Amino acid sequence: MSTWDNIKKGILYFLLILLAVTCLIPFLLMMVNATRSGSEIVSSFTLIPSTHLKENWETVFSYFNLFKGMFNSVLVAVPATLLCAYFSSLTAYALAMYKFKGSKVLFYTILVFMMIPGQLSLIGFYNLCTSLHLVNSYIPLIIPAIASPGTVFFLRQYVLSTLPPELIEAARIDGASEVYSFHRIVIPIMSPGIATMSIGCFIGNWNSYLLPMIILNKNEKFTLPVMMATLKASTDINANQGAIYLAVAISVIPIIIVFCFCSKYIIGSISAGSVKG
Amino acid sequence: MKDKPIRRKKVLDRYNRMGYLFCAPFVIVFLIFSVYPVLRTLYISFTDAKLTTLNSSFTGLSNYIRVINDKFFWKALGNTIRIWGVNIVLQLGLAFLLTIVFSDVKYKMRGLGIFRALYYLPNIIAATSIAFLFSTLLDWRYGTFNQIINMIYKLFGQSYNPIDWLGSSSTAGYVIAVISAWMWFGNSFIMLMAGVQGISKEYFESAAIDGANRWKIFGKITLPLLRPIMLYVTITSLIGGLQMFDLPYLMASKSSASYQSVQTVVMYLYKFGFETGTTQIGYASAIAYVLFLIILVCSLVQLKFLNKED
Repeated sequence: MSTWDNIKKGILYFLLILLAVTCLIPFLLMMVNATRSGSEIVSSFTLIPSTHLKENWETVFSYFNLFKGMFNSVLVAVPATLLCAYFSSLTAYALAMYKFKGSKVLFYTILVFMMIPGQLSLIGFYNLCTSLHLVNSYIPLIIPAIASPGTVFFLRQYVLSTLPPELIEAARIDGASEVYSFHRIVIPIMSPGIATMSIGCFIGNWNSYLLPMIILNKNEKFTLPVMMATLKASTDINANQGAIYLAVAISVIPIIIVFCFCSKYIIGSISAGSVKG
Repeated sequence: MKDKPIRRKKVLDRYNRMGYLFCAPFVIVFLIFSVYPVLRTLYISFTDAKLTTLNSSFTGLSNYIRVINDKFFWKALGNTIRIWGVNIVLQLGLAFLLTIVFSDVKYKMRGLGIFRALYYLPNIIAATSIAFLFSTLLDWRYGTFNQIINMIYKLFGQSYNPIDWLGSSSTAGYVIAVISAWMWFGNSFIMLMAGVQGISKEYFESAAIDGANRWKIFGKITLPLLRPIMLYVTITSLIGGLQMFDLPYLMASKSSASYQSVQTVVMYLYKFGFETGTTQIGYASAIAYVLFLIILVCSLVQLKFLNKED
């Protein structure tokens, strides 16, 4: 490679880093501004942290308890993710390995419902929840995770490509029941695929806003995004921008930590989706 | 000997019957929480239901006729498509450039893993948090963004008249589009890159042996093989984009001049579906179904294009 090529390569790296900085700078400004007082933020811009973190913290928590919101989000997202992972694997395995009447119909229904936007049934869903007295309950946010067409579709492909049917047949000859084989053989083999889908499911549930906003209307039930959204209506907290930055920072940090540990799986799931598509 | 295949089939049938058991939880929940709401919404869309379906009467297609003649609905659809359009050009353009850079056979850029993770980071943050972060950064008078521009202007001895990014109708839509693109370009980049990595290395090697230069390799191998994925990314993004809600809903205030220029279809649906004072669930359901039909047409177009590729 010539010097000219090396210079061009250097410029490319510079641009790539610049773009990465663009992705990070809003979060950096958020962290810095979270430590500054309202009047400091209003008067000038700086990247040097200030000393008002404690006051901002008090303002935020006098307005709402973000940790309660976080706790509620965990209460919704964790069971929903577990149910989605377990029952999607179960259904995917059944669709891939058993030949039974109606399995084709079920598979095509799943394909069709993958294309139906969630917003379409919002009114009917809410209507159903009111008649079942499920408003302000977490059940409508958790139980539907049992039936996640997209996850079932992905895991079915995964079973077909990774699980040799001979393995199950061998287990049958050894006298293993189907339920036993599923838990002891199938789930371990599928676990990388399940992990990938679970992380996506968890982040989706954690970040979900429209549905929880519609279902929940009591403050103490609010999940984190719904609680964050109440900032829009508040005027007292809006007077102190430092407090808003801090509130956003607190809401963002858990998911950034999750991302630091799981980014490989997350990126893997997107890549898999695109190659399948 | 004769009855052996039959017995084997019987045994298999016994196993296959387990399929019903394994699928049962999915099917039950699916019928209650997915299928029923879809049908329920369809039924409601044919009635004049206001708050609940109590005392509502069947009105046939009148809600649909109202949607077609509702200029605010079309305005909302136009807003949605405009915001999505600006966003997809930026998002896919950037992702495409990055794919060119990282798939270059000559430069062999390093650090794909870390760059990919950093570019993807904005995508996993809740839209509600992103919305408040940017509303505050872009605040007309006190926001950090205008302060930085002001500093740059001062450096050149100019004076800067602060722009109300989210409050004025000429900028709000574009700001939301840019933020969406910022959130999603990493996602598109990962998908395109996965497509490139799926192309067999032999293609590139044999092309290089035949003396093809990198632009030729790019134009004749990479680009044609990426087309189906680009189309897939575009259509999935369109389906998601037509349902845009969180960002514009939280970033534009009802009292500001920009509200009418960023109100999306789902925001309009929400207004009739759930906001107190304007609730007409019959009409909201019809809006949902019209939106669904539009999305369906987009999906069918996608299928048609994808079949052509094969």
